[in-house]
Amino acid sequence: MSFRAQMQTPSLPATVTTPESRTLPTLAAPLAGSPAAPPSRVSIEGTVVADRIYRAAIFGFALCVPILLLLIFVEVGLAGWPALRQFGFTFLTSSTWDPVAGQFGAAPAIAGTIITSIIALVIATPLALGGAIFLSDFAPSWVRQPLAFLIDLLAAVPSVVYGLWGVFFLLPMLREDVMPFLRDTLHLGATPFFRGPAYGPSVLAAGLILSIMVLPYIAAVSREVLMAVPRSQREAALALGATRWETITGAVIPFARSGIIGGVILGLGRALGETMAVTMVIGNRHELSASLFAPGYTMASLIANEFSEATNDVHLSALMAVGFVLLLITLVVNAIARWLVWQAGGSRS
Amino acid sequence: MSYVMVALTCLAAAVAIVPLIAILGYLIKQGAGALSLDFFTSMPKPVGEEGGGMANAIVGTLILIGIASSVGLPIGIGAGLYLAERGGTRLANLVRFLADVLNGLPSIVMGIFAWEFLVRPIGHFSALAGGAAIGAMMIPLVTRTTEEMVRTVPQSLREAALALGFPRWRTSLQIVLRTALGGIVTGVLVAVARVAGETAPLLFTAFGNQFFSTKLTQPIAALPLQVFVYAISPYDEWHAQAWAGALVLIALVLVISVISRFVVRSKHGRAND
Repeated sequence: MSFRAQMQTPSLPATVTTPESRTLPTLAAPLAGSPAAPPSRVSIEGTVVADRIYRAAIFGFALCVPILLLLIFVEVGLAGWPALRQFGFTFLTSSTWDPVAGQFGAAPAIAGTIITSIIALVIATPLALGGAIFLSDFAPSWVRQPLAFLIDLLAAVPSVVYGLWGVFFLLPMLREDVMPFLRDTLHLGATPFFRGPAYGPSVLAAGLILSIMVLPYIAAVSREVLMAVPRSQREAALALGATRWETITGAVIPFARSGIIGGVILGLGRALGETMAVTMVIGNRHELSASLFAPGYTMASLIANEFSEATNDVHLSALMAVGFVLLLITLVVNAIARWLVWQAGGSRS
Repeated sequence: MSYVMVALTCLAAAVAIVPLIAILGYLIKQGAGALSLDFFTSMPKPVGEEGGGMANAIVGTLILIGIASSVGLPIGIGAGLYLAERGGTRLANLVRFLADVLNGLPSIVMGIFAWEFLVRPIGHFSALAGGAAIGAMMIPLVTRTTEEMVRTVPQSLREAALALGFPRWRTSLQIVLRTALGGIVTGVLVAVARVAGETAPLLFTAFGNQFFSTKLTQPIAALPLQVFVYAISPYDEWHAQAWAGALVLIALVLVISVISRFVVRSKHGRAND
């Protein structure tokens, strides 16, 4: 008995004086007298410490996300600052990009980014939205799952594979069939947008390949917000005598509108930042042309193409500045998209 | 009118998958010929010689995936657990929002960031920088899947564990995380497949390597990089290799996607029982 008391006494003051045990005075005090006290007290204290470590750890991991984003923002911004300071606003408006003379204006790349993205959205949005409506409202259930899976697969194809396909399949097809057809057969060559020789590598090619790449994103978000529209909304419209299509346009789409717009803007964000496939088919030329048949540049492809050959510090800084502008644009676009999608009650992707 | 529009939506869905079929079909047609056992076991041949393989790039991609996973998985799973357990707080909402924003970050921006942050200070390209760059791209994907999967674990299970005297951390790691493991592994696989095909972040970090290298501090070859370099080259032999490489990449992605599809479905099936 005295032996056991000796065993217990040294451990008792030690645990009482630890700061953790003071947080549990009511629990520790009555337990101290009972025979089972030492193990359970130790395990409670150990638990408190372990729980704190666990919480601190997952808190720390969660903090990594904002920290990483902040780091990217600061690092890229600082690296691009010299060029932005030197050229000021003309960096965005000038179309002179001359590494030898040290003159840098990113207007053609910025314009190319916006034009290719608009082409992509104009083509992809109706297809994606139509497909999403079909999948959410009309498709028989045995079609729904496999078809949705196939459309989702488009998002899983690596960018470089799109590029490879673009170079060897899309470009020859554009050069030999589509471009002459648009220009000569449809006489669109009369407008400034479809003029000039059909090389293949062009703003049009980049826009087309982007439309394939952003389609699954728009379709996935649209499908989700459409499915999130309450059943009662549809039933009410049908009960009022609306046809199935009138139900969609009158009751379902208005309900899901902000989410669908969010999905389109999300697709826009993808299109703006897409790099490899665009780099491979756009032709990479610093020129501002109204014709979609002409080669061009996007911000992302400009960086991908010139970064490893940057000749001097100003050139490097200018490319970083282009990256920073791209980062800012995509951050804003993505933030708007997420906000809209959340409002509409979509949760994923 | 109504029927016409319904038919049009059906048509839209059909047109949407035409590119997928076109790409896969063309890829198989072009790539199958160049694909052989040699492709996986031999080194690239010089220009003008037929055959050869991408053994160095395949090993390089595996190494890069390993580095990326050791960066992206702990952070992603940890952050996902945090979001699932602290769902409603203002910080959790912010982290969730920023994770989604990070997910939309252009991969080329991640590339120049990694160059500025990891390559420039050290002075040379390295596998570590490339792996870290694509690892950072895994974080938002893994975070969101983990959160989603952990949320599907019934609250009663958590409460049962706590009632049995399990500490919170063991409840989270041994009960909740283990229950959600199937879904999380699926999400991780999808994230791995996604970053395995990433090229832009590797351009200025891993850089590529003509030779066989497993050194983490040296430039390293990667399958998507090699496909890119070969695709824009003017040589027919290299084009054939690019197609074979692309076929391997897409096979990887497809297999993972299909597996994850079935894992998720069987999981949901069990949850409904």
